[in-house]
Amino acid sequence: MAFKPTRRFFIWSGLAAGALVVGYALTPFSTLDRARRIAGKGEAMLTAWVRIAPDNTVTVIVPHAEMGQGVHTSLPMMLAEELDADWSLVRMEQAPADIAFANGALARGFLTGDMSIPSFLSGSTDFLMRKASEFMNLQITGGSMSIRTTGIFGMRRTGAAAKAMLIKAAADTWNVPEAEIVAAKSVLSHPASGKRATYGEMAPLAADYDAPVDAPLKAKKDYTIVGTPAARFDIPAKVDGSAVYGIDVRLPGMLFAAVAQSPVFGGKLKSVDDAPALAMRGVKKVLKLEDAVVVIADNTWRARAALAMLEPVWDEGPGAAHSSASILAGMDAALGKAEAGNDWSSDYDEGDAPKAVAAAPRTIEATYRLPYLAHATMEPMNATAWLKDGKLELWGGFQDGLGVRAVAAEVAGMSADDITIHHTFMGGGFGRRAYSPMLPGNKPNDVRFAIAASRAMNAPVQCAFSREEDMTQDFYRDASVARLKAGLDANGRITGFIHAFAERHDPPEATHIAYDVPDRVARFVTGTNPIPWGPWRSVDHTQHGFFIESFIDELAFAARQDPLAFRLAHLGNAPRHRAVLEKVGQMAGWTTPAPAGRARGVAMREAFGTILAQVAEVSIGDDGRARVHRMWSAVDPGEVINPATFKAQIVGGAIYGLTAALYGGITIEKGRVVEQNFPDYEMVRMTEAPHHEVAFIESGAKTGGGGEPGTAPVAAAVGNAIYALTGQRIRELPFRKFDLKTGGQIARAG
Amino acid sequence: MTDLIVNGKVHAVDVEDDMPLLWALRDVLNLTGTKYGCGVAACGACTVHIDGVPTRSCSIPASAVAGQQIVTIEGLKTGDTLHKVQKAWIEAQAPQCGYCQSGQIMAAVALLNETPNPTDDEIDAAMTNICRCGSYAEIRAAIHIAATSV
Ligand code: FES
Ligand code: FES
Repeated sequence: MAFKPTRRFFIWSGLAAGALVVGYALTPFSTLDRARRIAGKGEAMLTAWVRIAPDNTVTVIVPHAEMGQGVHTSLPMMLAEELDADWSLVRMEQAPADIAFANGALARGFLTGDMSIPSFLSGSTDFLMRKASEFMNLQITGGSMSIRTTGIFGMRRTGAAAKAMLIKAAADTWNVPEAEIVAAKSVLSHPASGKRATYGEMAPLAADYDAPVDAPLKAKKDYTIVGTPAARFDIPAKVDGSAVYGIDVRLPGMLFAAVAQSPVFGGKLKSVDDAPALAMRGVKKVLKLEDAVVVIADNTWRARAALAMLEPVWDEGPGAAHSSASILAGMDAALGKAEAGNDWSSDYDEGDAPKAVAAAPRTIEATYRLPYLAHATMEPMNATAWLKDGKLELWGGFQDGLGVRAVAAEVAGMSADDITIHHTFMGGGFGRRAYSPMLPGNKPNDVRFAIAASRAMNAPVQCAFSREEDMTQDFYRDASVARLKAGLDANGRITGFIHAFAERHDPPEATHIAYDVPDRVARFVTGTNPIPWGPWRSVDHTQHGFFIESFIDELAFAARQDPLAFRLAHLGNAPRHRAVLEKVGQMAGWTTPAPAGRARGVAMREAFGTILAQVAEVSIGDDGRARVHRMWSAVDPGEVINPATFKAQIVGGAIYGLTAALYGGITIEKGRVVEQNFPDYEMVRMTEAPHHEVAFIESGAKTGGGGEPGTAPVAAAVGNAIYALTGQRIRELPFRKFDLKTGGQIARAG
Repeated sequence: MTDLIVNGKVHAVDVEDDMPLLWALRDVLNLTGTKYGCGVAACGACTVHIDGVPTRSCSIPASAVAGQQIVTIEGLKTGDTLHKVQKAWIEAQAPQCGYCQSGQIMAAVALLNETPNPTDDEIDAAMTNICRCGSYAEIRAAIHIAATSV
């Protein structure tokens, strides 16, 4: 049963230093009073703010963090559109991590079922109900949610309300009917009388009017800002070195901490002789924590060099028994046991799939395996803390400002009210920087060590992980095993579909298939992953995109049908899916042969409300490795706010997925991560970045996300192309493990 | 004391002989535009110019470049005017998270100094820095824009 609170939202307005300020607030609770109790005295839960100043500038306050997805620009675009502002006068400010900016819009979208459950939240309705109050404390950037929630529920309504107030004020001042007022490009005018005023001039008068909650929104055909490739606000600071990331924070008297955590997850520090570090220049202190050694010095290099002198002894604990091989074997065993006892949890179970498959004239089955993956954000994890006079200030790039405040409160043993978060730019997020009570697996260790070091030194301390620490102490996209099984009838139609897999997180729709198969089941086992888990760009879609779309390809070839035509033939009830597939087929010239030595593969995914079909064109190099030359994506996100940033997200997301498909693999041996740095966790670089064409279909459906969908289908599209080219069906990633010229496995280097 | 000439200014820094230039720039001179990504010359985030040559500053000691001309991302502007490569980066809207972009821009400036009008293959060969956000297409476009601008 869905949680159905009585909802209420309101628009708040006021005058501040001559500027009109309008905010959108929301509570899922029945009375404002209750909302106020949660928010604290004098705090409203405003999700979006705009400030119109006497100089006619419009400042939009954005409650989400910028990690490169362009949200600091696309959200203001949505507000400015409804306000009919002059885009050249629009500015952006990031909201502080304060309850006033709690992402109520996120809660609303979530609780009202306007969208599927966000990836970063655990999925059950019960869980929702228990956590409902905490939702008001969300300020998360992730799960492709910003546009879909804050933008649609907050930004648009706030802009429309502010415009309505300005029009009312102008109509009364000029004594003319509201309907005769024209508002455009931050100017109000009354054509008949020739009267005219800027928004800034009218703003103080407009503040006397009530902000309407139901001001009409513009029709899409009248848009002048949304849908344009507006230049991003954050870019100028990113070309001259002036953009400040967490690792760039410099405070007076600041010290730097280097850390070594137990290499085995869950291990404890037994002992360490700190003398060699203390003897080194610039070293101030060595902290021996339960699970880590922290060296504090007057610069990063000295802290790290001193740390390297130490030989901590760890009590590794039971975690040391794990290896990738043993974990995958455990997943296999758990699947076998569930199969034998018919004891599963399921995402969906429609009709009678086992019966339909058993009755089919042909049965196809395959087992797929995936490794662990690290996030490897370009900026290694770091945080800067300053504990002073019972207050804590924290600097860093955080995907969830309020979330990090809450976890820091727990770590520091303080009240959240005594903690101030200073947001910096993020050198990549991808789920790694999403600290929140909602994501208990995302251990805020950099924050914890920074706080401990600041407490010990009575000074501001930055704790920055080395790349090695970052890579070996992540919370990982987990390894997984999937067994797929389907029946095909004499006409090559899928009669039943069984998708069984190990480990399931979010979003639940990651296992959904749009194909017409009446008898289907997606079922899973849990408790097989002993390694820390955290959401990784597109979350469970990364696994199921590969499993499902590779297997559908296997079925197509088994049915002796073209893989694109086979998919279309099974999408009679899914016009949006058909449209993106047909479009990507046209773009890639699917029906014409690929250039000599190359072949194409196709895959499709619906993720975070966006439907995307992708084609990859692949050849095999002399080294036996796949090379992806070109890609095409046809994307239906419902609507596109900023085509330039959206395209960059799709292409960048695809490269993130391609890196994982070609190279990505975190290996566990003796309970610890083997890969340390980029030389053994390689990335796609420019020379391997495919030429990628993107086309949008704006179906007008509910707006979907942009940051994550591009990642999900890549591995399958590439694998399917490899099959088309070589006849080898690769069911295990990364592809680099296989010599695709001979079908033999390349021995792992290093 | 090591004399580091950074962006035309001489700084006498008191650092160990083996401290990499990257950390002298970032933590001693507070020039934080040059980024740390790997520390092992594998990612290029720390790229600066040393006597005009693009160099991964994480893997060269500061003491080894004393007296040489070091240019960092902060030193590319002339007064308030952006370098044409920086302008091209804005025009192409290249950065996403932006963290790799100082290094990318320094690598691109060096490439264009050597090869004023590079082909895609020449760009691929010279631009080996990692961008985890996958902004490669925009970086390539920006280099072409810069090549044709004055
Ligand atoms: S930090 Fe120098 S190359 Fe990566
Ligand atoms: S822009 Fe994020 S790493 Fe390049």
